Amino acid sequence: MTNSNRLSGGQIDRTKPLNFQFDGKSFQGYQGDTLASALLANGVRLMGRSFKYHRPRGPMTAGSEEPNAIVELRTGAAQEPNTRATTAELFDGLVAKSQNRWPSLAFDAMAINDRLSNFLTAGFYYKTFMWPAAFWEKVYEPIIRKAAGLGTLSHDPDPDCYDKGFLHCDILVIGAGPAGLIAARTAARAGAQVILADEDFRMGGRLNAETFGIGDLGAPDWAAQQVAELASLPNVRLMTRTTVMGAYDHGIYGLVERITDHLPQSPAVKPRQILWRVYSKRAILAAGATERPIVFENNDRPGIMLAGSLRTYANRWAVTPAHQVAVFTNNDDGHRTAIDLITRGVTATVIDTRMDAKSLGDYETLAGGVVSDTAGRLGLTSVQVTLANGAQRSLSVGALGVSGGWNPNVHLTCHQRGRPAWDDRIHAFAPAGTLPAGMSVAGAANGVFGTHDALQSGHAAAIEAAASLGFAPQSIDIPDTRDAPVNLTPFWHVAGAKRAWVDQQNDVTAKDIKLAHQENFASVEHLKRYTTLGMATDQGKTSNIAGLAIMAEVAGKSIPEVGTTMFRPPYTPVALGALAGRSRDQDFRPTRKTPSHRWASEQGAVFVEVGLWLRAQYFPKPGETHWRQSVDREVLQTRKSVGICDVTTLGKIDVQGRDAAEFLNKIYANGFAKLPVGKTRYGLMLREDGIAMDDGTAARFADDHFVVTTTTANAVSVYRHMEFVRQCLCPDMDVHLISTTEAWAQYSVAGPNARKLLQKIVDPEFDISNDAFPYMACGDITVCGGLRARLFRISFSGELAYEIAVPTRYGDALIRRLLDAGQEFDAVVYGTEALGVMRIEKGHAAGNELNGTTTALNLGMGRMVSTKKDSIGATLSTRDGLNDPNALKLVGLRPVDRTKPVPAGSHIMTKGDPVDAAHDQGYVTSACYSPNLGHHIALAFVKSGDTRLGEVVRLVSPLTGVDHDVEIVSAHFIDPEGDRLRA
Amino acid sequence: MIIIHPLLGPRDSSEFIYKGDAALINRPDWQASDALDQFIDYGYLRDNPAGLHRELWYHEQGDRSWLVVTRDTTTHEITQVELARDVARRQGRST
Repeated sequence: MTNSNRLSGGQIDRTKPLNFQFDGKSFQGYQGDTLASALLANGVRLMGRSFKYHRPRGPMTAGSEEPNAIVELRTGAAQEPNTRATTAELFDGLVAKSQNRWPSLAFDAMAINDRLSNFLTAGFYYKTFMWPAAFWEKVYEPIIRKAAGLGTLSHDPDPDCYDKGFLHCDILVIGAGPAGLIAARTAARAGAQVILADEDFRMGGRLNAETFGIGDLGAPDWAAQQVAELASLPNVRLMTRTTVMGAYDHGIYGLVERITDHLPQSPAVKPRQILWRVYSKRAILAAGATERPIVFENNDRPGIMLAGSLRTYANRWAVTPAHQVAVFTNNDDGHRTAIDLITRGVTATVIDTRMDAKSLGDYETLAGGVVSDTAGRLGLTSVQVTLANGAQRSLSVGALGVSGGWNPNVHLTCHQRGRPAWDDRIHAFAPAGTLPAGMSVAGAANGVFGTHDALQSGHAAAIEAAASLGFAPQSIDIPDTRDAPVNLTPFWHVAGAKRAWVDQQNDVTAKDIKLAHQENFASVEHLKRYTTLGMATDQGKTSNIAGLAIMAEVAGKSIPEVGTTMFRPPYTPVALGALAGRSRDQDFRPTRKTPSHRWASEQGAVFVEVGLWLRAQYFPKPGETHWRQSVDREVLQTRKSVGICDVTTLGKIDVQGRDAAEFLNKIYANGFAKLPVGKTRYGLMLREDGIAMDDGTAARFADDHFVVTTTTANAVSVYRHMEFVRQCLCPDMDVHLISTTEAWAQYSVAGPNARKLLQKIVDPEFDISNDAFPYMACGDITVCGGLRARLFRISFSGELAYEIAVPTRYGDALIRRLLDAGQEFDAVVYGTEALGVMRIEKGHAAGNELNGTTTALNLGMGRMVSTKKDSIGATLSTRDGLNDPNALKLVGLRPVDRTKPVPAGSHIMTKGDPVDAAHDQGYVTSACYSPNLGHHIALAFVKSGDTRLGEVVRLVSPLTGVDHDVEIVSAHFIDPEGDRLRA
Repeated sequence: MIIIHPLLGPRDSSEFIYKGDAALINRPDWQASDALDQFIDYGYLRDNPAGLHRELWYHEQGDRSWLVVTRDTTTHEITQVELARDVARRQGRST
């Protein structure tokens, strides 16, 4: 059987045989084959099962519009479902499998659906799986999911890598058929930077499938000559295997280039595919046309394909699905298929719907006939023809080419606002309306079907585009061609056909469309959704128009009255990997590491992601088996002696200028104008609507110089907000901002021995005694013998604490020095968990409390919002709704039974009240175990909480089974008077 | 989309952060007698035109300037790009 259906000639390399497998069986094809052409050459017509009825199917086309021959390629992790056999380039060792069948392609148990087709019509799911609602999740959805879907996933991570790239050009030419080739050549000769992209692995488009000549050359040879010349030009980038998937704003196009899909082994250094973003000044769409079928009874058997595709297989790949074929056409192009096949020794008969049709060669033409039925369970064996006089005739054929005419590939013209319009001259929709900026359309894509006309059209489009960009394009000679006009008489479907497939991929029949009309889903958008017409992976490239035509007929309207076909990106399915590019796994987003990261890794730190940052969460010591052991130790030792924590990730913004203090007055709710030099102040920032946005400190280093800190999470958005205020609201303020987050490594040194430890590294000329450098002091100092540093006496832990900052490159050295110097105090290093425990013990708000719903009043800082100045959010925070006397207030909670936890997210109910939303009294925001108190504690927002200290309330979380009593207490669990801070 | 930055030339819109209506420049006077009403309008009422829209974009992956971009919301055509600071000054904002 090897290559039993191979003809002579073709653009394949017979010196390079390729071995491949389909459904476990070995076959041989040649370099230049697609999977579909190689299978057809080996006599295999059956390649898949249909989506709903599991009907046997073979390839309908020879290109990317394919609805039927959908297969799984490759094995293991690289397995890819739902790929088109008609575009899959053959390589040695390719392994492909058919889909949507069990146990085998030839015998598929689910084909029972085909017998049940009377029940599985349009709207079946909507009508059947309606009730009871409880059945949806447990019964209906699993059934539907099992029955639907085509290929299967490997469930392994994608082993390939993908990349993204950016290209700029003067003129992007989309499609390398006759119009595209000549457009690219004309534009390139004018000096423009040109990109010519084509989805095929061989440029030439339709020319590779034709036998007529162009000038002195055969069509494929002329195409090759054009490509060779373009390849020699330095200002042309030729991109084969590259699909222009979408047209976006302002001349931007998305291209997917398949780099290694056609290689047996992908070279490790190469990405599998590249998603290109092309910035073009102009674009010429020369995407050609797609042939459309005629709809008739049982028109989906393997062996029935588009007539132009039958011709492509014969001419380009030297393959015929069978040696006796028929062609069913409404135009002269179908006859060309018959002629080309006969020339290659295949027997052909033409059934032509036109009463006046005549043979254009040595074959029989059944003028005025139609195909009324077909036979052959797993592949076509015969077609039934109703002749013009009503008589029946059966033709024994293994393949049938069908041609209902050609539709311009308008897809990319629709991606913005273009709406195709019906063109009576070609009986098809052609580009119309507003095209994407800078796009012009040439050749068959614009409804210009003759090859000579297409060449002229491509040439003219390139002249216009190049001239519009200031080039001086020269005309080039358009060669003569010997192709003939199509002479089409519209014919959409054979009357009376029921099980006649319109959308073969989604199994939508002519009957379904009539049913949709009968049930009043008559508008195009309803028709599409009710029947799923055009909603498969092929986006209805071959089916939409026939669906419209049948709907027009039953509605008694013309096709343009029924509606138009619209397409959205992508042109063909795109692998999600290509859209992700390198942004996956660890590289999904950048990872930011603090200057102490390496040191912390050496200490065995466990890290946690905080935004993009990796922060040390805790530092387990030998023998510690639970994170709580480490955290409790870090907290206790810090409060007992001294602890060190990397706080580099806090946002740092340098604010300078004569109006710096005035500017801070504007962005912070509290006042900063009177803050003396050498002092730091806590600042609360509101959104304009009065909700708390962020908090931090501002340290004044000079009259005109502040250093502002933000929370780690909000560093970027706060900076953006400050620039908005500076540029848009206060354009004349003399103030400048820079982000210095990455310029300084900053460590918190906290605990009763903090000063003693720092005194060991701060240079002796700087007095940091409590008198000279009291609580909230700040200043420029030097450490370790001359290294410039900044010192802030601020505390998040509630202890005597400092934050010390040095230039980033000294961060690693400083933490090592601090730990060395701290040995005599048994200094400990602590992570974000211990940091969190200590701030909860101290009652400091953090992100859990500044959660986008809380005001200064809620946070217990209502009086901080100055009414003597204008600051962002001050006015709207005076609204009645935000000043309810019963408003939520930040309080502490402790369990009445000290062994119980106080989980975050739990809600608070007044004792005796029903547990429902109407009686909700508030919720827990932050919770931890306090090793200093020996029990769990929490921060919570409670209605009028500040007046309810001492009240025992009920803590509930029905979801997690929490229900016990807690006592409302002050949020300041440790050192409420602040003696430690000022020590 | 491509935004022609007045200082930096054509830049891809992915470098920018979108904020919204350029009317946000017109922040009310906090000492006006009806300041609260004015701030409520400022904070919550926006026009949503099908057509030309003046809006604020921030060049976060660039020079960090705020721009006022005039864009047709139905076509994405951008007809004018100005530094927001210039617009603010022209509208009488100062310190």
